[in-house]
Amino acid sequence: MNMNRRDFVKAAGAATAIGMVGVPHLALGAGKKRVVIVGGGSGGATAARYIKLADDAVDVTIIEPNEYYYTCYMSNEVLGGDRSIDSIKFGYDKLKAMGIEVVRATAELVDPVAKVVKAGGRDYTFDRCVVAPGIELIYDEIEGYSEATSRKLPHAWNAGEQTRLLRARLEAMPDGGAVVITAPPNPFRCPPGPYERASQIAHYFKQHKPKSKVLILDAKQKFSKQGLFTQGWKALYGFGTDNAMIEWQPGPDAAVVKVDAAGMTAETSFGDEIKADVLNVIPPQRAGKIAQVSDLTDDYGWCPVDKKTFESTKHPGVHVIGDACIATKMPKSGYAANSQAKVCAAAIVAMLKGEEPGTPSYVNTCYSIIGKDWGVSVAAVYRLSEDGKTIAGVEGAGGLTPVDASSEARRREVQYAHSWFKNITADIFG
Amino acid sequence: MAKQAMNLALTAGALALAISTAVSAGGTASASMLSNTCDGCHGRNGNSFGPASPSIAQMEKTAFVEAMQAFKSGDTYSTIMGRIAKGYTDKEIERMAGHFAARKFVPAKQEFDTGAAEKGARLHDKYCEKCHEDGGKPIAGEDAEYYLLAGQWTPYLTNAIADFREGRRKMPKKMKKKLDKLIKKEGEKGLAAINAFYASQQ
Repeated sequence: MNMNRRDFVKAAGAATAIGMVGVPHLALGAGKKRVVIVGGGSGGATAARYIKLADDAVDVTIIEPNEYYYTCYMSNEVLGGDRSIDSIKFGYDKLKAMGIEVVRATAELVDPVAKVVKAGGRDYTFDRCVVAPGIELIYDEIEGYSEATSRKLPHAWNAGEQTRLLRARLEAMPDGGAVVITAPPNPFRCPPGPYERASQIAHYFKQHKPKSKVLILDAKQKFSKQGLFTQGWKALYGFGTDNAMIEWQPGPDAAVVKVDAAGMTAETSFGDEIKADVLNVIPPQRAGKIAQVSDLTDDYGWCPVDKKTFESTKHPGVHVIGDACIATKMPKSGYAANSQAKVCAAAIVAMLKGEEPGTPSYVNTCYSIIGKDWGVSVAAVYRLSEDGKTIAGVEGAGGLTPVDASSEARRREVQYAHSWFKNITADIFG
Repeated sequence: MAKQAMNLALTAGALALAISTAVSAGGTASASMLSNTCDGCHGRNGNSFGPASPSIAQMEKTAFVEAMQAFKSGDTYSTIMGRIAKGYTDKEIERMAGHFAARKFVPAKQEFDTGAAEKGARLHDKYCEKCHEDGGKPIAGEDAEYYLLAGQWTPYLTNAIADFREGRRKMPKKMKKKLDKLIKKEGEKGLAAINAFYASQQ
């Protein structure tokens, strides 16, 4: 590791100050510790910031293929037309200004033994690595679906170009058309996402194409915030009536097993063939590809981790956070990834110093915007269980927006959702 | 000057040590670990970028604890804070209070009507200043029981005052008397002017 004059002065200064309060084991000359972070999304970017904030002396590198990150959260509002795509777009300039190195490359392999990440023909050595790749879409579990056909049948489950494609199709669709959303089996990124999406599309139709419909073909028999969604759908979109703008068909019969991009049809496991004007296929998911190829996953395709540090239980020195990891009771959400990243960052900073990681604390808050002035939420405060195996919600706390919440409360939840978005993205990207 | 900086550095070092010792010794998470989870909604270091979520940086410890306990018990109306506050022990709330009291408050950058703000300054002096001293800045010290108003987000304050007026949140007798008088004499415009005055303190 090269140390320029300024770094040397900084390190010497730090060593002196620490020396005075009596921590001799942090002597000068121990060398700069290096953390490599794979993925610059909600988890990865937060981890980078919080490691740097806690210990500026740690060398932090993010390896991320995209110049900009588009958040999945609030992307349904882009589909609904209330929000611009630019408002969910974030760059890395502020992280770079903190001294975090951001490399634009695709990580090909994490080698936990050699302690090296291979990306873009280069090797990035690390003392500790954070893998935060999000999800991989398993296209081939739905016959006829592939990355290529996803341009015509957008999943929009990674935001950005896919969000644009789906929005363009919604705009081009004539009034009276039908949108089919195929909802994936558990576990998957953003459990209430498909249902908020149906809401936001119906919200758009209500204003501009009132004869149109949204049909959800679900692999599951129940879904996140179901009571709150159906309540909102009844009030706003005629759910359950002859003129319903949203219809939901439960699994396993309604699970989509095959799609035809040319004919614009979806076939269910029951054998029904449904014609769509816009087909939004959200396929089954597993941990991002880098986790698959680097032997960080279990038989189901997700990454088992120590719940206190998010260190992989398969390979020490490598941590996995966000959608890719198995965080027991924590859902795969942006807030959860952000919260896990903070726990992981604190643990890494402690472990690099040879200290015992502290007691973790985790939070998740997740808003869904069902329509105008109609927001609902779920929240939880989590602790590590005594046996260390479960991240469990504190009993008697957390939970859903009450079904009998006032209209004023629902209006405020929309305000809070938007405020949350501003704050969390500043917390993640600086 | 140099000596002062050195003392500060020493204090910070000693504080960091104290915190890390507490963590390795017991089961309660550190102040920063607990408080960092709040920043997702309340902004980095408790300075909110979102107009409906209040900034909580530099909030006096007593006021913070009181607010959290009132959310926990349901005495203060909320949509989501009650659900979250119930997740923390008294000790954890104390720690978070200490953390946020030590953050520097950054006034919200928001638009306001200059004319209304000038009028609001006079109305504040007449109706609010007696308790919300110094233009609504938080009162330092252990007896502090008043919330941060100067530089706070207007949409948040508007919601909070609506809760008081519509009976969702209990109003101290003195406040009710003053507020009733303000509304009677100055109407809704008077209230908006006071909010503009708080928004103007940037």
